[in-house]
Amino acid sequence: MSVRYIDAITARYENLGYTPYRWVYAEDPPAFTPMAKPLANSRIGVLTTSGAYALGQTAFHYKDDTSVRAIPKTTPKQDIRFSHITENYLEDPRRDSECVLPLTALNRLEDDGFVGDVADDTLSCMGGIYSQRRVREELIPDLAARFEAQSVDAVFLIPM
Amino acid sequence: MCHQTVSLIARHLETAGTPTVCLTSARDITAAGNPPRAVFVDYPLGHTSGRPFDPEDQYDITRAALAGLETIDEPGDILDLGRRWSDDDGWKADAMRTDGEDTRSARDTTPQWQYPEDRIAAEGTTNSGETT
Repeated sequence: MSVRYIDAITARYENLGYTPYRWVYAEDPPAFTPMAKPLANSRIGVLTTSGAYALGQTAFHYKDDTSVRAIPKTTPKQDIRFSHITENYLEDPRRDSECVLPLTALNRLEDDGFVGDVADDTLSCMGGIYSQRRVREELIPDLAARFEAQSVDAVFLIPM
Repeated sequence: MCHQTVSLIARHLETAGTPTVCLTSARDITAAGNPPRAVFVDYPLGHTSGRPFDPEDQYDITRAALAGLETIDEPGDILDLGRRWSDDDGWKADAMRTDGEDTRSARDTTPQWQYPEDRIAAEGTTNSGETT
């Protein structure tokens, strides 16, 4: 059986005396857009919400940071850094960034012809944003515009 | 929370006409957020695209997730890759403990550099990553 994170985190915060966190329960079924062309001819956009940034870029902060970093897919993995409010989960990504941003695998899948190509920049944000309003009003429009500018045919999302 | 943020983003992109697939290691949070397509990796959080220093594991997971763009045809479907982190599931009991302290970092607007040198590197370049 898989871990019941919602139950565990809700109980943990209750034990700490916090006000209950309001989880997102989608009320409607999701929209569904079929692939317009085969994967092997498609450009893939990539988003990691692990708070990854590249050496030379600004780290994320932990108070509802809705900013986005564009990390070139050719970035050497030793130049990938992380700042995410749940730092306890970053132990392994900080040793091997490919645990949450698999650039080597993505470049290999492009070389293999499994996908048409991967957008030159992978996008990164700090997914631990408490304000769902700010996710909707700030983060999502920014990401949507960037993916549109990249002319991607599909998007691959990697939470932490 | 990171997982539900991803669900919100995926649902929006899909509504606007772009197919999406989400990796997930938190099946229940993803089921609640209900993104269009998801691929479940039953690993501890922090390893959504594979084990550290295991390029084949990372490749196989990434490949399977991308394949989901074509193979998942039921909206909201969560494809289980059937992977196991270890022979025993002790890590799951730890993940479900309810008596832990708050492990989150303090919330303020100071950039949280992984290394102090990162700040110096960022200040010495015009590439903040935010405007590219």
